[in-house]
Parts: sequence; C-alpha cells; structure tokens
Amino acid sequence: MNKPVNPTELQLDDNGPLYVAQKKVYPQSVSGTFRRIKWGLMAFCLGVYYLLPFVRWNRGLGAPDQAVLVDLPNSRFYFFFIELWPQEVYYFTGLLIVAALTLFLMNAVGGRIWCGYLCPQTVWTDLFYAIERWVEGDRRERMRKNAAKGAMKLERFAEIVLKHSIWLMIAWWTGGAWVLYFNDAPTLVKQLITFQAPAIAYIWIGILTATTYVFAGWMREQVCVYMCPWPRIQAALTDEWALNVTYKYDRGEARTSLKKANELRALGEPVGDCIDCYQCVAVCPTGIDIRNGPQLDCIQCGLCIDACDTVMTKIGRETRLIGYDNDINIHRREAGKPPIYRIVRPRTITYAAMIAAVGAIMLYALLTRTLLDVNVLHDRNPVAVKLSDGSIRNAYTVRLLNKRGFDRVIAIDVDGPVNATLHVVGADSVTQDRPMVVLARDTTTELRILVTAPAESNPEKSIPVHFRVTDIGLGEVASATDHFVSP
Amino acid sequence: MTEHSDIDHVSGRSTTGHEWDGIKELNTPLPRWWVITFYATILWAIGYWIVYPAWPLLWGHTTGVWNYSTRAEVATELANLQKVRGDKMVALGAAPLAEIAKDPALLALARASGKTVFGDNCAPCHGTGGAGAKGYPNLNDDEWLWGGSLDQIMQTIQFGARSGHPKTHESAMLAFGKEGVLKKDQIVTVANYVRSLSGLATSPGYDASAGAKIFADNCTSCHADKGKGNQELGAPDLTDKIWLYGPDEATLVETISNGRAGVMPAWVGRLDPSTIKALTVYVHSLGGGK
Repeated sequence: MNKPVNPTELQLDDNGPLYVAQKKVYPQSVSGTFRRIKWGLMAFCLGVYYLLPFVRWNRGLGAPDQAVLVDLPNSRFYFFFIELWPQEVYYFTGLLIVAALTLFLMNAVGGRIWCGYLCPQTVWTDLFYAIERWVEGDRRERMRKNAAKGAMKLERFAEIVLKHSIWLMIAWWTGGAWVLYFNDAPTLVKQLITFQAPAIAYIWIGILTATTYVFAGWMREQVCVYMCPWPRIQAALTDEWALNVTYKYDRGEARTSLKKANELRALGEPVGDCIDCYQCVAVCPTGIDIRNGPQLDCIQCGLCIDACDTVMTKIGRETRLIGYDNDINIHRREAGKPPIYRIVRPRTITYAAMIAAVGAIMLYALLTRTLLDVNVLHDRNPVAVKLSDGSIRNAYTVRLLNKRGFDRVIAIDVDGPVNATLHVVGADSVTQDRPMVVLARDTTTELRILVTAPAESNPEKSIPVHFRVTDIGLGEVASATDHFVSP
Repeated sequence: MTEHSDIDHVSGRSTTGHEWDGIKELNTPLPRWWVITFYATILWAIGYWIVYPAWPLLWGHTTGVWNYSTRAEVATELANLQKVRGDKMVALGAAPLAEIAKDPALLALARASGKTVFGDNCAPCHGTGGAGAKGYPNLNDDEWLWGGSLDQIMQTIQFGARSGHPKTHESAMLAFGKEGVLKKDQIVTVANYVRSLSGLATSPGYDASAGAKIFADNCTSCHADKGKGNQELGAPDLTDKIWLYGPDEATLVETISNGRAGVMPAWVGRLDPSTIKALTVYVHSLGGGK
C-alpha cells in the first residue's frame, strides 16, 4: 500500500459486490481556509458537548441548577429557562422538524455541509486523525510504518499503544460527558471518581466509549459510506443549483505534469490546469478522487480545496481549481459566460419559510405555555350513581398540574347541573362554597370531585359540566369540560 | 477448503469447482462480517448455556454459574417493594382511620394503594370502580347494608358477610316461601306493600291493609317498623330508591320466597392491616362514605 489509493478501484460496477473491503486511508495534513473552518467548528462543537453539563442556571430553591438536564427519574427536561414535562414532548418533535429542514436548507445551499463540518462522526474522526498524525507522523510516515515487515520495534509498539490509549481516553470522556446530561454533573463526576456512581452510569459510559472508539478510530469513512442514510437521501434532495465541492474540469484537460504541459503547449495541444499531483486524494479523509465528479463517498469537507489551492499558488496558477461550484457554472464557463450563483431561489426560500413557520409555531407554543392546567376524567364504573333520595351523582378524577416552582392555593368551581352540590375528597378548606386545595410545586395533584344533582333538576341524559380552577394569588385560570350523565 | 483456481470466463470470477452437466456454480461467499457475526452468535449462545439455566436433566436442569432464577428475582423485587413502601405504609398503618383523610399525603397514598388492591381483589364482584351489579352492592352510593362509616367499612372488609369467619356479619333473610311461613298470595301482597313504601306503583286489586299486616308480622323485626332497615342485621332500607336485586314485583316475590344471603369473603388473613386500612379509605372516598 505504498502508492495512493487508485480511485477507479473504489468505483462499483453494477455486477460487483455490494461491499468493498476497507482500504486504509492515510489523510495527509493540510492547511488553508477550510482546514481552519474545520478546526474552529471542531473546537466549538466539542467545547459545547464536553462543557455544557457544567453550566449552572438558577431555578430557585429545590429545583436542579443545571442548565441542560434530562431528569429521567422525575420526568423533567431542563434547558436554561425552559422546563418541559413528558406530555410536552411535541416540542422535541418540532425541534426535529426544524433540524431536518435546516439539514435540507444547508444541502440546498452548500451540499453536505453537515457531513463535512458538523456531523459527530466527522468531528470525532477528524480529532482521532489529528491524534494519529501527532503520534505516528504524517501520511507517508504512517504508510511506511504500517507496511514495515519483520518484528515490531519497541518504539513502534509504544507508538501504537500511545495512540490507542489517547483514543480510548477521548472516547471515555465522550461517554462520560453524555451521562452528565442525565444527572447533576459535578455530583456525578465526584461519584464517578470515587466509584460511587450508579451502575447504569458506568454501563452507558462503557457503551459510548466503545462506539466512539470503534466509529472514530476504526470504522471512520466506512460509517459514512455504508451505515449512514443521509448520503442517499441527500442525493435525492439536491438540485442543479446546490454548491458542491467540485473539480472544475472546464479549466481544461489533459491533466499532466508542468514540464510535459509546456511541451504539449508548444505543440499546440490542449492542456489542463491540473498537474495530476494527487494532493487532493492524499488529504481526503474518505480516500476518494474528487476529480471523478460528485460521489456518494465524498463528505464535502473542503480539504481537497485547501490542498489544491496550496499547489496552484506554488506553481503560479489560479486557485480554486477545486471549489464550491456546480455543473451549471462549469457549462456556462465552457460556453464563455460568467458563472451565476443562485443561493436565493424557490427551494431555499421554501425551506427557510418552513423553518421560520415551524419555529414561530414553537415559539408561540412556548410563550403561551400554561403553567396551571386541569384534566378531568369521568368515572367509568359507575358512570352515574343514584343515591337513596333519588338524586344523581357523577364522580370525576381531576388532575391539577402546577408547573411553577412554588406551592400555590387554587379554588375549584364547577358549573353544571342546576343546584348541584360539590364535594372534593380531601379538600383542604372550603370558603364561600369554593373548595380550596394547595398544589405542591412542580407536580401533579389528583383529586376526586363528586357532583350531585337533585333528582328533579336534571332531566336530560347528558349535559356539559365545566371545571374551572383559579390561582387565588396570581389569578391564573385553567378550565376543562366534561359531561354530567344520568343513568 | 475448495481451491478456487477455476475462473469463469464470462464473469471473470472464480467458481466453486462444482459442475453439473457443464454448468458451473460461481463462488459467491458470504461477506466476512456476516460469517463473523454468525460465529459470534454461536459463541454467545454457548455463553448462555454456561451462565443461565439451560439444559434439561433427568431430574431438574442445569442451573448455570450465575444461579439465575426468575422466581428468585420476583422474591427480591417484592422484598425491594416492601422496603420502598416501608415507611409510608407503616405510617398509614399507625394512623387512626379518621386522621388519614386530614393528611393529604396519607390520603393520596391510601387512595392509590386502595385502588390497586380493590382492582386485584374486589373488582370481580363490585366492578372496577365499585359500581356493583345485581346482588353486589354499589359502593359509590349512600346506601349501606352493614354501615358506611370508616369503622363499619373496615369491619366488613376484614370479616366479610356470611364468610364463615367467627366475627363475620351473620344474619340472613328467611326464605318465607320455601320455609312455608307465607303463602304465594301473601307474598305477592307484601311485595306490593314493599313497593308502596318507596312510592312505586302497586298491582290492581292489591289489599294495602293486608300487606301492612303481613309486613308488620314478619318483616319489621329486621327491616324495622317503617321498613327503614337495620344495619346491625344487614337489613336494607326498603323505602329508598336503591335496590340491590331489583324493585319489580317478580324480583321481590323471588326475594321474599327464597330469602337473600349474599356472601362476601373475609379479607383479614389475606391482606395485611395497612392494606385493609388503605382499602377502607379508598371505598369510603368513592363517595358514599358516612
């Protein structure tokens, strides 16, 4: 494996196997605009992921003070100023819709931006490659070491051990950070260090350590090529205006060395700007040749742009022989017309509008979210009870939700059958015929409410009955409607 | 292993070396990852045999090195449950019945626990919500055969009715027809009288004074002078709108002829005292409690 991977060998023909044995990729280090963007985004993404659990947010006494927390035992999700209950899971549905639409918008604007810069698989694989380069050296050195025959020298052995140790440490901390989102982070860190943490925490750290190590250390581009559905979906969602990492073949063929190019030029033969240096292939983290055109294996990280620009600058030719571009512009330039870029077009406008619409709906739902709520469930067995004096009684299970961080007193009013009497099982007090109940902070209170109608005042089979609960202090009101049924 | 040196000229791929009438089979091995996974599952299964109970023996089975058993797991879970409930159920058991309703936490615990226990033990006769059925009292209404106070409800749950327990509610209604105490026409007359007590229509030609006399002679010892009933004896109030078996003449005639003696089991040995307390509070809170 001393020569670069021949891209044509990776091309699948229709009759070939569905899986090509993994060919080890040795990406070369590179510097340039896109490499800097990738370093920056990597630092940002990893920084957020590893540090966010330690950010504090004061919610008052008795409530957790972690900014982002999934509190499974108490069924609560905290995100800075937002606290969600399990029945509000639709906010996550909305978030997923926005995420999908954002992915589509990114794709319509600049192809696989997600794959190239933001996907965890890319971010961690990039980090693992950086470690590998730091420990074992750059592309050529790694290839040489890997191909070396004979007994392994102690130095080489130490290198391998060091690399895998660092990988495992990163993987371990990745799993460790994950569990911190489900528990008070500083407490859990203390417990983890003293081996006091619950077994489930260690199990999850173990699972995520294994997945991170295997995915980022061993499987790498295989995950993108064989496991991920997005490349397939992306290909179906893209259009001719989307900017993808493209080799601009309008800059001429054939690809040949500088010296040969001069000879050919002297003879009046056509020559391209590409000098066939294979630098774009050498830096590619998925081991492909971008000059073969858009392909599923390309994650569009832009590193080949940096590599090519470096070479073009060195030999004094125009840069961006590889760049974000599309077929339309290649054809336009071939025809001698100036390229046009249409970032704003019906597709991107539609996606943006959909994101705005879903976002607005979610924001509206969040701002008008009720902090006092009442649910009523009519007794099913029996639906109605006839009492000894002939009056009719219906019983309801009433659930009161207090989403505020403090206890409060609410009054219950029921508007239903004429002259009905109201009895709340376990009411704390009754003033002016209004039963009063204390609702504990951030929890649900269940009450049994009995509504009794005198025999003569309820001739109908079923009439609506309204339950209204009023916060005595704040004046917040919630109501629910059910039915009063006669046997 | 077969040597795959034989290459098929059309596809350029190796064959298995098998040949039938000149037709050769292309060598298309399973993907390596698939084969590895397959062998891994076999190893996994062997691990299962070693760790878990697996193979039947003549008298029993292999127990596995972990000594795992679902029965033991249930026992552990139940023990844990008792531990979790521990304090709260103890507090419930210690609290006087009348105090439970005043403490919201205890009331909620008693109602939740009572509801579950009711569903497991009482629902087959009384219905999931205590609505009852013909012959099985509705526990939501305000009519009680043996009394609807907390203490009375607990008494009934503990010892049942005609359950055979020494402390159970014993008295039963006499089968006036079967025992020959009343004749057929007398039974019809008194049945109509009973209907008239709660304002229901009577049959044409019914003799009210005869009915009153029969009732006074035979029924008042249990059902009291005006038919108001007696909870000491489990004799229902015959003047209200609630009927356990039905108010129509035919049902009343059947009741008087054959008597009634519904049975409820005693729960005192089967449910622990705190659970019975929870059940009492739950039934009381259904709406009919006095």
